[in-house]
Amino acid sequence: MNSTEVHINRVDWIAVSIYFALVIIGWFNIYAAVYDSQVEKSIFDLSINSGKQLVWIGTAIALITLIMVADARFFENLSLLIYLLFLGLLIVTPFFGKEVNGQILSIGVGDFRIQPGEFAKFATALALAKVMERPTFDLSKRNYQAIAFAVLLVPVILILLQPDTGTAMVYFSFLLMFYREGFPQRYYILVLGAIAITLLGLWVENNLYLAFFILIAVGALIYLGRRTWQRILAFSLIGIGIIAYIYSLDFVISKLPLHQQNRIMVLFNPDLDPLGVGWNITQSKIAIGSGGLLGKGYLEGTQTKFDFVPEQDTDFIFCTLGEEFGWLGSLVVIGLFVGLLYRLVIMAERQKTRFTRIYGYGVISILLFHFMINIAMTIGLFPVVGIPLPFFSYGGSSLWSFTVLLFIFIKMDSSRATQLGRLN
Amino acid sequence: MKDQRPTVILFVIFFVGTVLLIKLFMIQVVDDSFMKRAENNAIQRVVDHPYRGLVYDRNGKLMVFNNPIFDLMVVPREFTLTDTVRFCTLFNVSKEELIEGYNAAKNYSRVKPSPLIKQISNADFARIQDFLVDYPGLFIMTRSVRAYPTPTASHALGYIGEISATQLERDSLGYYDQGDYVGLSGLERYYEEELRGTKGVKYKMVNVRGVDKGPFKEGEYDTISVAGKNITSTIDLELQRYGELLMNGKTGSVVAIEPKTGEILAMISAPFYDPNQLTGAAFGKTFQKLNVDASKPLFNRPIMATYPPGSIFKIVQSLIGLQEGVLTPETTFSCNRSLVACHNHPSPVNLFGAIRNSCNPYYHQAFRQIINREVSSNTFKDTEIGLNAWREKVLKFGLGSPLGVDMSGEKGGDIPSSALYDRIYGSGRWKYSTIYSLSIGQGEMQVTPLQMANLAAIFANKGYYYTPHLIKEMDGDAKKIPAKFQQRHEVGVDARHFNLIQDAMAEALYGTANRAVIEDLVIAGKTGTAQNPHGEDHSVFIAFAPKEDPKIAIAVYVENAGWGGRAAASTASLMIEKYIKGKITRPELQEYVLAGNFIY
Repeated sequence: MNSTEVHINRVDWIAVSIYFALVIIGWFNIYAAVYDSQVEKSIFDLSINSGKQLVWIGTAIALITLIMVADARFFENLSLLIYLLFLGLLIVTPFFGKEVNGQILSIGVGDFRIQPGEFAKFATALALAKVMERPTFDLSKRNYQAIAFAVLLVPVILILLQPDTGTAMVYFSFLLMFYREGFPQRYYILVLGAIAITLLGLWVENNLYLAFFILIAVGALIYLGRRTWQRILAFSLIGIGIIAYIYSLDFVISKLPLHQQNRIMVLFNPDLDPLGVGWNITQSKIAIGSGGLLGKGYLEGTQTKFDFVPEQDTDFIFCTLGEEFGWLGSLVVIGLFVGLLYRLVIMAERQKTRFTRIYGYGVISILLFHFMINIAMTIGLFPVVGIPLPFFSYGGSSLWSFTVLLFIFIKMDSSRATQLGRLN
Repeated sequence: MKDQRPTVILFVIFFVGTVLLIKLFMIQVVDDSFMKRAENNAIQRVVDHPYRGLVYDRNGKLMVFNNPIFDLMVVPREFTLTDTVRFCTLFNVSKEELIEGYNAAKNYSRVKPSPLIKQISNADFARIQDFLVDYPGLFIMTRSVRAYPTPTASHALGYIGEISATQLERDSLGYYDQGDYVGLSGLERYYEEELRGTKGVKYKMVNVRGVDKGPFKEGEYDTISVAGKNITSTIDLELQRYGELLMNGKTGSVVAIEPKTGEILAMISAPFYDPNQLTGAAFGKTFQKLNVDASKPLFNRPIMATYPPGSIFKIVQSLIGLQEGVLTPETTFSCNRSLVACHNHPSPVNLFGAIRNSCNPYYHQAFRQIINREVSSNTFKDTEIGLNAWREKVLKFGLGSPLGVDMSGEKGGDIPSSALYDRIYGSGRWKYSTIYSLSIGQGEMQVTPLQMANLAAIFANKGYYYTPHLIKEMDGDAKKIPAKFQQRHEVGVDARHFNLIQDAMAEALYGTANRAVIEDLVIAGKTGTAQNPHGEDHSVFIAFAPKEDPKIAIAVYVENAGWGGRAAASTASLMIEKYIKGKITRPELQEYVLAGNFIY
């Protein structure tokens, strides 16, 4: 079979269908978010964001066509070049880009602007897949870990310079892919433990209770295990370390920039300042919460009007859905995301080359992270981080980058029959 | 070990989805406090209507002001009606009116406010105010209607009315809402954007019961309304009122212009109506009545009615002839009545005599010389070239197309070109004998009374004019009026040629319009008679005065009143006297005009 052919029969139509379902539901929600009952404009009106989103969708379909007719090995062979290209763009962005709110995220001419930070995600996924594809590449070994983290951290550092903390965070989602490729499990347990302790430290008002609890836990562990002096010393040091960490948290947070401090504190007590920093989360929760089981009906939302929730057509787009379609609407959309991710895992596992599998998990990692953090943020489970909901949020760069990310994998998957098996 | 990892990842994916859904279920379904908070959060958008600009006359007398009225507005989506009978008694409406108003509002928009009951009286307003809290979706909107301290100048001022559905659709900027008042004619329409001001919007937080919870986000999104600009009109209220007194019961137009500036001093369209009748609740009924009235009181005659210019046009012919060198003051023609009818006067006449006696055969012969210049040996071709060249010169007198006065609906009249005759007779099949009626201002020629008044201004100014206009100052600043009214237009005839014309016009008064003569005020005037195939001819007169330093140029049309020397000349003379002297010294002439028996 000619490898440049489009393997239309082998395209995973389930993934493609879910993609289009999400894009279309997203488009309708963008209209609802920008809909102003005082100025009734058509969903196609190019002066409002829903009309523009339709243009982005159209161009995304063009991108899909380009990807599907390209040779699948094109991306594999050029992966490092693509990676370097976007690193280059990330480097020049602070010099030639446009400054908005103190951040320089986009680069381009006139109205045509792209955000290299968005596109560098798929480039990094490709580059990681490329460097990790060798059968000898073992993530349990230090030197290979160093290589993988180097590829990952270069774009992160460049993005932090813009500065765009939210997007930089996304790159750490590749840890999920690293996990699949054999990164030792103990690190994940350590990280999750640290996160749990941090959350506890922030959540519990009085640190004394926590310290007391930890002392009891350490004492119990020492008492139940072998009581050698090394163990007693180790556990005691760990216990003291954790307590010291908890007590230092407040100090560390007080050293963070004020807006990040506020975002974290509001998470635990949104009523601290409901009209100030808590505004976003409170309003977002009110909007979603007032949707009830069935929602208020399309375009009938009252909370998502008048800019109650800022950026409601981009990062807070889920509010519109929650308010107008209720819990059932949320169920459908979350179901679609989970279904897509599930499908992508199935697809990744059926790959014959390590390269395509790694890339597939890269896609899964990024999509899962965005999906999880974005929705968690709108319902107050996570601090406000400016990252979009994939396929849903308004914006050309965001839609294009997720489309390219996903469809390169769908393309690879569709031509897997032509690949030589090289899995270990 | 490694083979478990995809399963762990799948578990993570499902775990994330489940956690999100559980949390969502808790805040959306289990916890109904958010629903209550959302209701408490309702935002009301209150439009703050600006005061429409006032209109003053040229001497600072108030002509148009605002009167507050109250509209009961409804937002259909928020409005529910349980007890119709109670509602109808409370708000003093019939059930049918209520249903009709509600349906109209719902058809317009379910979420935007529309008027349910319009123009509630002050007494009703005070009574229902307390009950409003029982009806979510209802609120009172205060706005104002126009009022006129002196019922005058109805056509020039125009009227405002509710915006129509088509106007709303054309409003691409989305400024207007259903129920807004806009200028529909006259000054009100032409200066709508200046007069209307800028609407303000206030976002108020209200709870379920509609109780005000203060401005939304400390008024960050609020805008304050900006009152419309005040307009000082060029109209002289006294002169306007006097003109209306004289024209009462007649049909026709009076337009008076200050020649040096183009400012319209008076503009009367008879029959007229009381502008106070076209405001507020009475608007609909009055408009219907006026609209079907056979005498067409809504028709703005000074700018919409067109008539052949008649004899007055001979002055334009004379000026073109002089400028072209075809005529000199000494040029004489015999009064050859075989060419065209005339009346008894000495013959032959020179140019002065021709104007003074309004000699038709003179202009028949003079016009032939203007048209047939023998630039082509083909007499048909020669006529065509001559006609079009002549037309260009006539157009410079402000004829043949709208002058651009600041009122909507101005007609341009018509000065025919060769294209018209080609269409009627076929190309190359007409010559001077076909078009000679044009020489005496008859035939296929139409002008408006405003254009005629402008002609009088041109004669007074010896060759230039400013586009006639009704605006003198905007917000007290004369520089803010449109630039086109500050631009001088030359008619392309040298000032020296006007001396003879002005002399002849002053002299003509004694011949054809001795009623118009005022002892110590030299008026230069010219009578005309617009032929009317449907009845008595229309009486026409144009004039300017004083001859040496013209302060007023005037055109008077009185329909079906016969000779120009009677009705029109008398009216014009009284208007001139009133404006320049400020009083009337000839009560018998005023009685004559008021009596209105001009046919005898």
